[in-house]
Amino acid sequence: MDLWFAVLQALTLALVLALIYRPLGDYMAAFYQSSRDLRIERGFYRLIGVNPRSQQTWQSYLRSVLAFSLLGVLFVYAIQRAQAVLPYSLGFPAIPSGLSFNTAVSFVTNTNWQSYSPDVTMGYSVQMLGLAVQNFVSAAVGIAVAIALVRGFAQRRTGTIGNFWVDLTRGVLRLLLPGAVLAAVVLLAGGVIQNLTGFTDVTTITGATQSIPGGPVASQEAIKMLGTNGGGFFNANSAHPFENPTAWTSMFQIILMLAIPFSLPRTFGTIVGDKRQGYAILGAMAAIFVVSLTALTLFELGGAGTAPLAAGGAMEGKEQRFGIIGSALFGTTSTLTSTGAVNSMHDSFTSLGGMMPMLNMMLGEVAPGGTGSGLYGMLILAVITVFIAGLLVGRTPEYLGKKIGPREIKIASLYILVTPTLVLAGTALSFAIPAVRADVESTSIWNPGLHGLSEVLYAFTSAANNNGSAFAGLTANTPWFNTALGVAMLLGRFLPIVLVLALAGALSAQDTVPATRGTLPTHRTQFVGLLVGVTVIITALTYFPVLALGPLAEGLQ
Amino acid sequence: MSTVTEASTSPRGEGPAPTPVRQPKRASSAINLAQLVAALPMAVRKLDPRLMWRNPVMFIVEVGAALTTLLAIVEPFLGGPARSGGGDVPASFTVGIAFWLWLTVIFANLAEAVAEGRGKAQADSLRQTRTSTNANLVAGYDEAADAAAERASVSAVSSADLTLGDTVVVTAGELVPGDGDIIWGIASIDESAITGESAPVVRESGGDRSAVTGGTRVLSDRIVVRITSKPGETFVDRMIALVEGASRQKTPNELALNILLASLSIVFLVVTLTLNPIAGYSAAAVSLPVLVALLVCLIPTTIGALLSAIGIAGMDRLVQRNVLAMSGRAVEAAGDVTILLLDKTGTITYGNRQAREFTPLAGVDNDELIDAAALSSLSDPTPEGKSIVDLAIETGFRNPGTLDAVVVPFTAQTRMSGIDLPDGSFVRKGAGSAVLAWVRETTPVDPAVLDDLNATVERISELGGTPLVVAAGSAAGARRILGVVYLKDIVKEGIAERFAELRSMGIRTIMVTGDNPLTAKTIAAEAGVDDFLAEATPEDKLALIRREQEGGNLVAMTGDGTNDAPALAQADVGVAMNTGTSAAKEAGNMVDLDSDPTKLIDIVRIGKQLLITRGALTTFSIANDIAKYFAIIPAMFAGVFPGLAVLNVMQLHSPASAILSAIIFNAIIIVVLIPLALRGVTYRPAAAASVLSRNLLIYGLGGVIAPFLGIKLVDLVVALLPGF
Repeated sequence: MDLWFAVLQALTLALVLALIYRPLGDYMAAFYQSSRDLRIERGFYRLIGVNPRSQQTWQSYLRSVLAFSLLGVLFVYAIQRAQAVLPYSLGFPAIPSGLSFNTAVSFVTNTNWQSYSPDVTMGYSVQMLGLAVQNFVSAAVGIAVAIALVRGFAQRRTGTIGNFWVDLTRGVLRLLLPGAVLAAVVLLAGGVIQNLTGFTDVTTITGATQSIPGGPVASQEAIKMLGTNGGGFFNANSAHPFENPTAWTSMFQIILMLAIPFSLPRTFGTIVGDKRQGYAILGAMAAIFVVSLTALTLFELGGAGTAPLAAGGAMEGKEQRFGIIGSALFGTTSTLTSTGAVNSMHDSFTSLGGMMPMLNMMLGEVAPGGTGSGLYGMLILAVITVFIAGLLVGRTPEYLGKKIGPREIKIASLYILVTPTLVLAGTALSFAIPAVRADVESTSIWNPGLHGLSEVLYAFTSAANNNGSAFAGLTANTPWFNTALGVAMLLGRFLPIVLVLALAGALSAQDTVPATRGTLPTHRTQFVGLLVGVTVIITALTYFPVLALGPLAEGLQ
Repeated sequence: MSTVTEASTSPRGEGPAPTPVRQPKRASSAINLAQLVAALPMAVRKLDPRLMWRNPVMFIVEVGAALTTLLAIVEPFLGGPARSGGGDVPASFTVGIAFWLWLTVIFANLAEAVAEGRGKAQADSLRQTRTSTNANLVAGYDEAADAAAERASVSAVSSADLTLGDTVVVTAGELVPGDGDIIWGIASIDESAITGESAPVVRESGGDRSAVTGGTRVLSDRIVVRITSKPGETFVDRMIALVEGASRQKTPNELALNILLASLSIVFLVVTLTLNPIAGYSAAAVSLPVLVALLVCLIPTTIGALLSAIGIAGMDRLVQRNVLAMSGRAVEAAGDVTILLLDKTGTITYGNRQAREFTPLAGVDNDELIDAAALSSLSDPTPEGKSIVDLAIETGFRNPGTLDAVVVPFTAQTRMSGIDLPDGSFVRKGAGSAVLAWVRETTPVDPAVLDDLNATVERISELGGTPLVVAAGSAAGARRILGVVYLKDIVKEGIAERFAELRSMGIRTIMVTGDNPLTAKTIAAEAGVDDFLAEATPEDKLALIRREQEGGNLVAMTGDGTNDAPALAQADVGVAMNTGTSAAKEAGNMVDLDSDPTKLIDIVRIGKQLLITRGALTTFSIANDIAKYFAIIPAMFAGVFPGLAVLNVMQLHSPASAILSAIIFNAIIIVVLIPLALRGVTYRPAAAASVLSRNLLIYGLGGVIAPFLGIKLVDLVVALLPGF
């Protein structure tokens, strides 16, 4: 019965996403390639002094991305430090510098890792002016970079990859803003709250007093999901009834998370002029998604032990209104996109079940990944796959008519080096430096032993992959974690972006080679299978030892 | 529009017949134990870290070997091997690991040394031809007054002192002192030192067969040669450097693969370096030798060890087919070629066209045409001329034996040949327009005759033949057209199948010919080429290559003449015929010693095979890691976490034996795969998708399964060791 429900739920989701795929993908392809500006956009371009028709080289595009993001970090940091004097702060004090840094980086990098409890730390002004704005623009930056890479494939000998300011503006104004407004209305209808009333003290039936928080939740919730951000308004995130009141709002949030990442392959296929290529990328993403979802669902349904037996299932850390099935789907979605929102506590999943969200992130957030970042991550993996497959058919490897030579491989190789290095080095350093280790063991880890290791590993995996979900059970608001995770988020976001844009530049400078029968077809099931294989094997080989020490050792006890 | 054609009696055919295709036996492609043993000293010499550094993967292994050796020496003084992963380790464990790591490095070097050793033998025999000889240097050569250099002063100098532009005289029995072009004379030359072919070849001044190579021997006559190479940069010098692999530079794909392998190695280095701090938290820290073993098992040692051997062996395979590639880049480009430009004559059709039919014009007696055609061909040495006489004899013509007539040879200007008979009459045969112009010099041509001629010419063209127009002139001066000889182009047997094969590999073939479009179209259809370029001039050829390259295609072509040089240089793969001129050889990036234009197809195949071999071993190498993990991970941590024993799917004897077995398998697989690396994987032309499926099945799936079996087998033996 449970299994049938899981299948039914997955099919419903697949149907909705299938209906969205073409219109949304085509819409994005159309407006990112359009040469017409809206009036409000023209005004904005004049304001910042940008000629919307000018094309940027990859270096110039990168400088714009970095400058814009740096400004974002500085602004979000400043506004947190100034919280005490801002209106609508609910009386919260200024946020300490370490946490401010961590949070600023976290929201600018689209990670939305929260080392704090939002409901007792952030006032409305910080939430709305700082965090919510970054929810929009960090997602738009991700899509912009992905579109720039796609242009690299599509263009012949131009050396330019578009204009960042145009891509950013259009991403916000033509996609995320209208999408979020629409989604917020739906969420409101579903019972998500939206007010500026602060805390309401009430006396409960039993006579106790309770302080009930309010806030502009629906508006934040919409972009939190649509932009695969995941930073909750409340500490309990989407498990909180004010953020996610019912089973159907939960499903709606899942759809929001997946809508853009799963439709971007269509945009990719349309822009490169071969829609089948988009289906191939979609196929690889979907295949990984289905397998991962199945595994987590089975692990959770099969959860053994006294507590699950008594409760009739592994319900610890899960909400009754979502159940095991709804929680597994949400968890899989949230960690396979770079959202990191939770409607159940991943820390309380079964040992092997808890490994799945971790594995999902370790895959590099590509199935379907974050807004934009998922597509460019998958395309990098496709480049590696094409290289190996190309050699196997006896041709200098080429993807979409672009030769994959030493320069392209160098970039792609560095890309796949970045996150594993950050994750493993971060985790190892937490235990290698004696002072840090003492602090980690005494302050941060609540569950000593194998599970404690998993918690630290999860934190760095989440930060370096810009996911932002937490395994819980780890106190991360310490100098070490705020700094180390902040650095991991920064490097995990911007090193890949540097490499992706460099690749886009290298590709757009190249001419296109026509396809022949000797060219490896990259739109068939065969290639999709190989792409999935390469993705999984690279991840498995990299993380097998640490997984063996953490969740595997725990699960196989 | 006149359909009178521009065909000529092939000037190409007038040279010596091309040397027959030969299956050379330079080196056998199988390796034997003796070769391995012979390469061993070299393999040990290559352990020098300054050399190893160039191969990052194997360098890591060497560092690991050195480290474990050090540990093996120190351990006994520190109270035996350190505990690892919460378990005890046998005393001989570190020694065993160190021993097999050194073997791994030596095996890798062995692969390279064997590949190089094969080239070395070849280089030695070539070097013998380079021994300095005496050269007869001509002082102040005067081309106009004394072309044969008979009156100029000649001094004997060492061939090593010859420089670019010197002029030398070589007479029968002497060695040619350096690479050059014959500027006067004709000689037969023994080129066996270079080509391995014992039949002598004829070289003469002017035209496309003027090049001579230093070290070859003049068998007859006397020639004047202008030296075209600098000392130390002769053809033989370059050949030696090539076969020895001294001038081998990494090709773009090899470079890219190296980068990928290096980056995978770095990932695994990070995995290994971070393992102990993390494992230490669970009190499962592993000992240093185990960590080194893990690292070596994970980094792609199999492909890292064999990569350079694959490259050297690829060049070697070309040399075995008597093709010299001037760079590895060209070999790789051959695998990428999407367009082949093939000359019709000699490649698609047999070089000699055969006379098939005499067609007299209306009102001309058939015998008269036959007599005239045969007479004019009696002194014609070309295969076409001979076949006209043969066909004439079949139809009743009697060879008059000696004939006291003046032979008018074919020239590119007149585009006709013929004879002037003693009685004052003439016979001419040649391209339609040329003969027509010749007739019109004295006699107007009746429009009806012209129509008749055009119709005949067109009919023959449509059949794919070359029409040869025959005309006669009387002593009085009246000239008339007699008829047309149908010269048939014979398409080589099996060539259509080869083109179909190429098409399945995604390669388009374009036939290049001087024939008119009608003839070309027919031959093209018969041979099954994809496209043709008719009435081609060298400029047309160059333009075609440029056009195709602009569309992103990679073009390969063969050529021998000086006027082919620009196109050879422009093409991505330009194969110059060894019989060709120095200019052509300089311009191309490969030289075919057999001068066999169809070899281009083999070159493409070798280029592909080279890439596939690299890809196959890379896939195999990475796929192997899965099994190695299943051997090592449970072995590393099972002491602390007994639950991980579930992962020990191979049921290996003990943690120590599991790790050592993985290392031993890792080393042995290199030796096992050396023959494959040298031979190259089998390549059957097919569409890319099916080639991929096949190779993934063999090397991907095979790479996953093989080590499970291999490690288990090794473990059965290792388990017998005391302490394990």
